[in-house]
Amino acid sequence: MAELNKENLYQYLLQLGDNVMILGHRLSELCGHGPSLETDIALTNISLDLFGQTRSYFQYAASIKGDDSTEDKIAFLRFPNEYRNTILVEQPNTDFAYVITRQFLFDQYHLLLLEKLVDSSDETIAAIANKSIKEVSYHVRFSSEWMKRLGDGTEESNAKIQEALNYLYPYAGELLKTSPIEELAAGAGYGIDPDILTDSYYQNVNQVLEEATIKIPEGKWSHSGGKNGIHSEHLGFILSDLQYMQRTYPDMAW
Amino acid sequence: MVVTKEKIEESLWSVSDPEIPVLSIMDMGIVRNIDTNGHEAIVTITPTYSGCPAMDEIASDIQKALKAIHIKSKIISVLSPAWTTDWITESGRKKLADYGIAPPLDPQADKGALLDNQRVVKCTNCGSTNTIMVSQFGSTACKALFKCEDCLEPFDYFKCL
Repeated sequence: MAELNKENLYQYLLQLGDNVMILGHRLSELCGHGPSLETDIALTNISLDLFGQTRSYFQYAASIKGDDSTEDKIAFLRFPNEYRNTILVEQPNTDFAYVITRQFLFDQYHLLLLEKLVDSSDETIAAIANKSIKEVSYHVRFSSEWMKRLGDGTEESNAKIQEALNYLYPYAGELLKTSPIEELAAGAGYGIDPDILTDSYYQNVNQVLEEATIKIPEGKWSHSGGKNGIHSEHLGFILSDLQYMQRTYPDMAW
Repeated sequence: MVVTKEKIEESLWSVSDPEIPVLSIMDMGIVRNIDTNGHEAIVTITPTYSGCPAMDEIASDIQKALKAIHIKSKIISVLSPAWTTDWITESGRKKLADYGIAPPLDPQADKGALLDNQRVVKCTNCGSTNTIMVSQFGSTACKALFKCEDCLEPFDYFKCL
């Protein structure tokens, strides 16, 4: 494999892995703090699925990188500007409406992405996508059902989910905005240009929002930068939590 | 001692799924291939869910079981083809039900139960299908939580994957 392509494949795997790891971490913060036992268990189950997927991406990334790279080093020993996740998944667990809306906006994209990645020219990426797609189908059901329940629920739940959507909607656009890494990945056949998902994405999202009687925010402007390593202030705080043990006691193990 | 596939397989039937102790990993369909080069076992396994925390334990349990009959082993983990509930054996399904976990239905019925509130999952306590889903995610990622409206027993349903 040409050196340029190998480095880009590595970066593309980081991007795939970072999105699910950071979102998984946000959900794990709710372990024991969910609004009810059932939702607590559901959110942490989803978190576990996402961490499992992260490990698959990072194990593969480590094998591409070679040298002494490992999944743990990739997860725990990079600086904020080396993370490739979108800014959406860093957003805090402000309240349950924010948690569900963030999940919903990501899940809808995630499923469409995996439906394409099953045809990746890279066998390992295709295998991870085939495995993940089954899990993510359940995530989409879960978050979509909650969007409808909260939107079409009481006046208060509707107001809260509307507020969360108004805040988070401008972060969704970055999921679909092509980064240089994705452009190369699509060209080489192992990845896709997310822009091709745009129509299906908004169609699927808007269909749920309409059913949920939630108003679709106007305006097309979107936050971006995460895919290129430029993040919101939240990522630094997440990483200080996530990396504390490895930074304090390098190479520590259970 | 010559290592044969039969000996390896026999030993693997004794290794149980740590989350569902009544079920052998053979019943679960986690073991995808058994091979040997004459003096070492090569066992290929696949996770049920990506994040299944039991995988490392299962791998070490396999090695322990084989070591007990003096067979060295190498464990290979594969993702493809992705595990499906279809691989749970008939005897596995029966053991699941006896243990109190409703076994997965066919995909069509599964969708009906999880999405349309159709009453098709059989209560593991009284056998009634007058059951409702309480939560799509149960005690582990692979299960949903159900309740029987007749005998009021809460129970897990193994979701189709």
